[in-house]
Amino acid sequence: MLRIEYVYWLCGALFLATGAFDLASRRYASAAFWAILSACFFGGDAIEAAAAAGNALPAQLCGIGVIALALIAGSGALKRRTSSDDDLPQRRASAERLGNRLFLPALAIPFVTLALVLVLPYLKQANLDVFDTRQTTLVVLGVACVIAALAAMALTRATPLAAFREGSRLLDALSWAALLPMLLATLGAVFAKTGVGDAVAQIVSAAIPTQSRDACVLAYGLGMALFTIIMGNAFAAFPVITAGVGLPLLIGQHHGHAAVVGALGMLCGYCGTLLTPMAANFNIVPVALLELRDPNAVIRAQWPTAVVLFATNLLLLDWLAFR
Amino acid sequence: MNYWPLLGVAIVVAGFAWRLNPALVVVTAGIASGLLAGLAVPDLLALLGRSFVSNRTLLVIVLTLPTIGLLERAGLRERAHAWILGLRRLTFARLLIAYLGLRQIVSMFGLTNVAGHAQTVRPLLAPMAEAAAGKIDPALDDVELERIKALAAATDNVGLFFGEDVFIAFGAVLLIQAFFSQHGIEMDPRSIAIWALPTAIAAFVIHALRIVWFQRGIGKRSSIEKCGQGRPPLDSSDPESIAQETSDAAH
Repeated sequence: MLRIEYVYWLCGALFLATGAFDLASRRYASAAFWAILSACFFGGDAIEAAAAAGNALPAQLCGIGVIALALIAGSGALKRRTSSDDDLPQRRASAERLGNRLFLPALAIPFVTLALVLVLPYLKQANLDVFDTRQTTLVVLGVACVIAALAAMALTRATPLAAFREGSRLLDALSWAALLPMLLATLGAVFAKTGVGDAVAQIVSAAIPTQSRDACVLAYGLGMALFTIIMGNAFAAFPVITAGVGLPLLIGQHHGHAAVVGALGMLCGYCGTLLTPMAANFNIVPVALLELRDPNAVIRAQWPTAVVLFATNLLLLDWLAFR
Repeated sequence: MNYWPLLGVAIVVAGFAWRLNPALVVVTAGIASGLLAGLAVPDLLALLGRSFVSNRTLLVIVLTLPTIGLLERAGLRERAHAWILGLRRLTFARLLIAYLGLRQIVSMFGLTNVAGHAQTVRPLLAPMAEAAAGKIDPALDDVELERIKALAAATDNVGLFFGEDVFIAFGAVLLIQAFFSQHGIEMDPRSIAIWALPTAIAAFVIHALRIVWFQRGIGKRSSIEKCGQGRPPLDSSDPESIAQETSDAAH
């Protein structure tokens, strides 16, 4: 059976390779950075198992690793590798020669994923557990990536080593931005554990005139959006703000339709996600991937959509929840 | 209630405002919030480590990078560019709006990993959008190219967010259901997903209009230039992006 851990180990191997390439080109800070991350991916399973069994030491070591990663990133020693146009003539010639076949491996990632997802129920029926039942779509994505990489190697006559080198080149271009989504999710867990959410909900619910339905709708929507902006994740905001404002006021006091309140509350949060650098995988990682100079370029491109859509959500909430 | 951990939020806000390294800001905020809540250092370290490791799924996307890197080296972006130039009827707005609609529909079926910034935006959509914009005005400057690429990324985000919530097995819908169930309100996931549909349609309309608007901006600039009136003043985001350029050089 293909377990999700194998996918993590493959990621770990890619990080390790990136570290090795960096070491070879004397970029020591980057080498250390990727090596630590690689250890977290290879050891992740063991850390989780030990923590579940009551041994906190591996998790503590990993915590120290996280701090080390942040310090390396913050020291400015990670030099972002920018793509050069030195090989532009070769790329143009190769594009000319290979033509539309170049699209095939790139499209293989979505289409193989899609095909495997569609086949999955039949495999289950036949009792063939090829894929891990936990995180199935990610295992499938991992398989699709391997198949696509093999296709790309065949098409460009490249060796596996070259594939790792190209992957490492892009990882070095992403640099610490690649790590940010995981760090932010970690911060979310710490905030949840330390009661930050409850404190915010307390403040929001103390600040609104509860008799007015419109004020409650506004407070719930704004609360979801603002808390999402802080946490970078609408999922983290939802239980906090809905327990603090949505449930007692909109549903309890003003008899709103619970399914509507839930759905539109979450979507108000999504508008917040479009506005915050805390949602790193959506707003910061693409800045690094596209090599944009303005770190807020993507947020700048989407804020008008987010604001208009947020207002639309409030109107829909006011209208649909209290028919 | 202990309000001190809220200082962690303040650290995040201040850190981002001062443009310190986000990775360092985030970890500092977590440590501060944990210590202010009275967590012992060993517990805090364990919490950091365990949460970090349990969120490994967020980085699985790096497995697309070897493929994308190899193909880019072999001229994928150049090919995507040339392909768009060959399709005369495919305008900038049509390209991005078609992508937006497709991304929403595919996400509605739960296939959120099919596209994304690493899988489709960098290797395909961004160079295609640049090529399509170049058909309107061949002399686009760096600032405009940057805005075009950013809009391509934004279009992917909008399509993903306001498609996935309509899919019943998606995490958001299940989270809403689980939350209400904990509080004694039982409901069918389908009844939650259906209420995300009006917003999904609104998101498509609003963002599509903005794309059309953006395309008009490209066309206008180009026609002004042709009349010999020179370039209109650059938009308000420029001084900042130039300032950013200098601060980037200092990194």
